[in-house]
Formats: sequence, C-alpha cells, structure tokens
Amino acid sequence: MATATLHLPAGAITVDVAFREEVARLSGQPLELCFQCQKCASGCYPTQEGDYTPNEIMRLIQYGARDAVFRSRTIWLCTSCETCGLRCPNGIRIAEVMDTLKQMAVERGITPAGETGPMFHNLFLNEIRATGRIHETMLMLKYKLKTGNLFADMKLGWQLFRRGKLPLLPRLKKDPAVRQIFERAGGQG
Amino acid sequence: MQYSYYPGCSLEATGVEYNLSTRAVAGALGLELVELPGWTCCGSSSAHAVNKDLTLGLAAHNIALAQQQGRDLVVPCSACYTRLSKADHQMRHDPGERARGEMLAGFSYTGEIQIYSFLEVVRVQVGMERVAQTVRQSLTGLKLACYYGCLLVRPPEVRPFDRAEDPTSLDELVAALGAEPVPWCYKTTCCGAGLSLTRPEVVEQLVARLLSAAREAGADALVSACPLCQNNLEMRRPAQEGIPVFYFTELMGLAFGLGEASGWLKKHLVDPFPLLQRFSLVG
Ligand code: SF4
Ligand code: SF4
Repeated sequence: MATATLHLPAGAITVDVAFREEVARLSGQPLELCFQCQKCASGCYPTQEGDYTPNEIMRLIQYGARDAVFRSRTIWLCTSCETCGLRCPNGIRIAEVMDTLKQMAVERGITPAGETGPMFHNLFLNEIRATGRIHETMLMLKYKLKTGNLFADMKLGWQLFRRGKLPLLPRLKKDPAVRQIFERAGGQG
Repeated sequence: MQYSYYPGCSLEATGVEYNLSTRAVAGALGLELVELPGWTCCGSSSAHAVNKDLTLGLAAHNIALAQQQGRDLVVPCSACYTRLSKADHQMRHDPGERARGEMLAGFSYTGEIQIYSFLEVVRVQVGMERVAQTVRQSLTGLKLACYYGCLLVRPPEVRPFDRAEDPTSLDELVAALGAEPVPWCYKTTCCGAGLSLTRPEVVEQLVARLLSAAREAGADALVSACPLCQNNLEMRRPAQEGIPVFYFTELMGLAFGLGEASGWLKKHLVDPFPLLQRFSLVG
C-alpha cells in the first residue's frame, strides 16, 4: 500500500492513496471532483462544533489521510441532513460519504476519545434486534446507565412521562424476520 | 381512499399527539389509514451510521409488508419516511440495490406500492381546496413559521413533491387553514435531533438559533411535520423561550373543529394554550 508523509500546519500526517478509492467505492460518490468551493461547509450547522468542515473532510480523503478522518469528531456530528449534497456543484452526496466513514470507523473500532455516538447506535440497534422496534423509554434509560449520566435530563424525562410520552410497558415481542435481517446484514448491531 | 399506515416508534411514545392527530384528521378528510400489520423499526438514524446492509434491510422488510397488503403506504414521521422512501427509490431504480434489498429482506420487490409522507398525501391527493372547505374555525391572525426540517423534502430525486431548498407545501396548508405563514430562511435547516442524547450542548445552539429566527420573522409559533424535530425544539430550547411548536395535523384538527384537538395539545412540553386563547381558538 502506497503511503507517504505530508507536512501540514497541523502536523505531519501519513497519507494513503488507496483510501480515497475505498471511500469512493463504498459511498458511490465522485470524490475526486471536489474543488473546495466550500458550499457544503457554508450550510452545515451541525458540524460547526467539529474539528473539520465537510470540505476539509473531503480534502483529507483526497490526501488519503485515513487516520485523521477516522478520528475526526466531525463525522459523528453529521446528521445526514443532506444540505451539503443538495448544494454541491459537483453532485457529491457528502452525507453518503459521512455515513461510509462512520461505518468504516466502527468496523475498525476507531473513534475519537469521548465520542458516545457509536455506543448509542449500538444500543439502538440492539433494541431493534431484540424486539423489532424501539422502546424510547428503555433506550433513554440504557443510554443514561451506560454513560453513567443518569441524572441529566431527569426532569425532562419526568415531564415526558407525565404527558404519557414515555410508556413503560412496550407492546413488543420478538420478531424472527428482523433477526434474520441482522444475520444477513452481518457484523454490527 | 385506503392506505397502509406506518406510525413508527416515536409516534407510540414522544410523538403520540402526532399519531392521534394524523389519524383523526385523515378520518375527517375521508382517508382510511390501516395500520401496517407487523411493522418494525425503519432503522432510523442509527442503522445508516453503522451498517449499510442493515439500513436497506430494515426498510425493505417494511416495504415487503406493505407490498403484501397491496396498499400505498403513508408515513407521517419524516425520519421514517426518509429511510423507507430512500430504500424504495434505491430498489426501484437500481437493479443491484433491488437484488440486495430482496436478499436482505427475503422478498421479491414489485414496485407496486408508493410511499408517501402524510403531508404529501394532503398536498397531492387531497389538495388545499378540500382542506379549506373542511375548515370550521379559521386560524385567522395566527402567524406561523413553517419548519419542514432537513429530511422531509430531501434528497430531491427521492421526494419530488416539494422544492428541496424552499419548500412551500406547509405554508400553503396553514394558509388554507386561515393562518398566515411568515417568510423565513430556516425552513429546512437541521435542528440536530439525531444528536439530542449524545451531544445536547450542540443541539441547544441549533435549537436556540431556529427559535429566535422564527420570532424575528414575526411568528407566534412554529409548525412541524416530524416527531423528532417537534420534540427536539421543545426539549432542547433555552429556558426562557416559550414559542410553541405545533404539528401541522394538530392545527388541521383545530381548524376542522375536531373535539379531540385540545387533548393532543395538552401533551406538549411547551403549553400552547395561552397563544390559542389569545386568538380565541380554544375555550
Ligand atoms: S460543495 Fe462539493 S465541491 Fe464544493 S467543497 Fe463541498 S464537496 Fe467540494
Ligand atoms: S449532511 Fe452532514 S455534512 Fe452535510 S450539511 Fe448536513 S450535517 Fe453537514
């Protein structure tokens, strides 16, 4: 695998040419067309708290900066709102790219320190696997227990409960068809 | 007109008033919504973050169920609608994706049924004229910022029923109910609902910005078409911010004079009654 070192103001990064091709193939997006017009970044509110803008992620992919991309907080802040893809003059659906990057990062077990996104998704999918549906009350509780952050949002939870919005008893049962989908899809969840 | 109805997980819990009002309003318009037997979670925002096959497979499974029923499928939740209509679009237009979906969900895709959001049904199948004719109590004077959220009309090739950058269907709808839609720039700006549990501090900023933009535009309230947006806009707002957020179906029920409407509105975390009383819309 062809790698080299690239010296950026932020430090030296190892580049890997094959990375761009892999992301392009898995996402189905023409990544090589990005010419850094930054239109995607200008409409992207959710990732403003991240470490890179969407066009910077595109550039890092073009460089083949595999680790920088997998460790970035930005990919976990992307909500797939599709604003970027709608506006990109080169027809690149960046949400698809961000999804692909998340999937690849999870597969490789690489996530930025303190990022609870992947753990949340895992809990969520386990709920589906178990009963076919999401029981929101259980999901919230399990997430709170896992993060050890049981008391944040307690008041909110109580308010929801009082309005009949957090039912305690799910009307769910196991669904073998759903289990089969999980088996066929393999891997995560 | 008969449809299969896919409520989705949120409509059984945090979005319960959206569920109740959608069913009631559909009845008032002569649409019959038959709950899809055995429906399962569409995968929501978690499946596609983690596993591509699971994303298509979970959605395709529900499409298979709907196909068995032989009726078009109505999906009120924007997030579920996104997952289901995207999977349907993939399988309809890409033979490779069709084969993958068929393999994952164990069925044979016929493309015979269509998937609609409830807003789409109201706009395209019912039409604003019929909506206006059904109004018993006009929402005159109410200024509303229509908040479509990011998912409802995107991507455009999957959901061509409205414009992707500056949609108008909700605006037309509230106008048909007698209210006044205000022009504003945040119709489709993401509220961050998917990050509500994992990154609340980020979401709080997004929500604060949206709500203050609606106020600046002169709105008395916002109108939503998604349980995730509606909850997020109520739960993650700044403590002093009291602008209500309605589901469009609740406003339809109110304008149609349906007695149940106040029961739905009582479920909101942000009390909309003072505003409605000011306009003499509730007793
Ligand atoms: S909008 Fe498209 S071309 Fe422009 S910077 Fe973003 S990805 Fe690149
Ligand atoms: S899809 Fe992701 S990257 Fe694109 S604008 Fe939305 S949050 Fe930003």
